[in-house]
Order: sequence, then C-alpha cells, then structure tokens
Amino acid sequence: MANELAERTTLRSPLGRVRGLGSSQSGVHHWWLMRVTSVALLPLSVWLVFALAGLAGASHAEALAFIGRPFNAVLLLAFLAAAFHHTAYGVQVIIEDYVRAEWGRIGGILAVKGLCVLLWLAASLAVLRIALLRPPAAL
Amino acid sequence: MSIMKDSREATMVGHRSDGATVRRPLSPHLQVYDMLQMSSALSISHRITGVIWAIGLVFLVWWLVAAAAGPAAFAAAQWFFSSFLGVVLLLGLTAAAWYHTLNGVRHLAWDVGWGYDIPTMYRTGWAVLIGTAALTVLTWIVLLVAFF
Repeated sequence: MANELAERTTLRSPLGRVRGLGSSQSGVHHWWLMRVTSVALLPLSVWLVFALAGLAGASHAEALAFIGRPFNAVLLLAFLAAAFHHTAYGVQVIIEDYVRAEWGRIGGILAVKGLCVLLWLAASLAVLRIALLRPPAAL
Repeated sequence: MSIMKDSREATMVGHRSDGATVRRPLSPHLQVYDMLQMSSALSISHRITGVIWAIGLVFLVWWLVAAAAGPAAFAAAQWFFSSFLGVVLLLGLTAAAWYHTLNGVRHLAWDVGWGYDIPTMYRTGWAVLIGTAALTVLTWIVLLVAFF
C-alpha cells in the first residue's frame, strides 16, 4: 500500500479514475450520445433525402399530404429530434476546439444550443400542426 | 518520457489518466500534418460537411414551417428552392449530406476498432468519395424525375 501510494503521480483517487467521469464530470456521455444519434440518423437521413427529392416541385396540397401522413410525420419528428441533438453536440465540439476565450466558448455553445432547441421546436410544431389539424379525409 | 529531440514532438505530449506524460499524436496540427493527404483531408471534410448539414437543417425548418403557415409562405419557399441559388444550395447540400453520412459510417467502424490500418483507411476513403458521388447523382435523378 505504501509502495503503491509512492508510485502514484496524481492526486486523483483510484475510485475517481475508475469512475472515469473526468474533469467535465460527465465522462463519455457526450461522446456516446453523438454515436447513438448518428446511428439513429443513418436510416432516417437516407429516408429523408430520397423522400424530399421525390417531393421536388410538389404543390402545397401534396406537401401537406406527405407531411401529414402519420408514418411520415413520426419519422420527420424522430429525424428532427436526432438531427438537432447531433447538430448541437457536434457544433459544441467545433466551438470547444477552435474558440480560445472562455466567454466566447461558453457563450457560443449556449447560443448554438438555444438556436437548435428553438429550430427543433419550430419544425416539430409545424409537423404536428399539419398532422393534427387536418382531418384524414382532407388528405 | 525521454528528452525531446524535435520541436514537433511538443505537439504529441499527452497525459494518461494517472497523470503520467506519454507521446501520443494529438488532433491534426497544421504544422505537423500534410493537410492534402487523404486521411486529414477527409477528416476536416467531415467537420465541414457537418456544418453544411447544420445550415441545411435551417432550410428544412423553413420549408416545414412555410408548409404549416399556408400557401403564400409555401410558394415563397418553393420559389427559392427552384431558383438558381436554391438549386446550387440544394446540390451542395445533397453532396455534403451524403458525404457526412457515409464518412459517419466510417467513423462508427473506427469506433468499434475496425479499419485503422493504412491500406483499409485509403480503401474506405475512396469508397466514401465514390459513394458520395453515386448517391448524389442518384438523389438528383429521383429529384428530376419527380420535378418533370
């Protein structure tokens, strides 16, 4: 025990190291959620890109019919949630890498996250409004 | 860690979780890495295309909100997307989206420990580039068939 203590080159306790939460107190949470959302986005983006390409030149009624269909509305809401989560986390890493000043870094991350939340809510509300406010017969 | 013989080693000093210093290649450093080789070029492209995707999301939000707002707002959005600027933007966005998606699969493979050796890294890199071109062309064939 005495020998082990002498060989230690850090003040971090073995328990602190094994928990692995590091200086940010959150461990690999951020890294892991980037992977989880990327796996979710893989099929969702492939679907979305081809679905939107197929809607080229669509009339307003055709677009509403597409968005309002329950299958499409659910996938759109899932895509928006995963995409804005992934975007907020991804841009956060870019800001952390390149912005040196602490006020700029924290301010930038907060601004990006706030913007992502607002855009996500706006887009989700639009999808819900189209899906819920139109009676199925009108589709 | 031994005494440094080359100043470039200063960019390779990392710390293990027990505090000991180790030599470890850190994130791409402009004075150490050749940014024109495939490994680093595709790496920074992943980040750049991620930002382009983020900008593209704003246009998706605009399209959805315009559809919910009514025919006039939707016509304005459709006018923009079928304008010259809109088409160029959508074309770039399609390529960036496919690149980020395909290179993302490459990153997930690396995360499970596959494909780190140089020949495999170059092979998967070319696969991403060719796949991006092929899927972008395919997407625009679907788009043009739907449009006309």
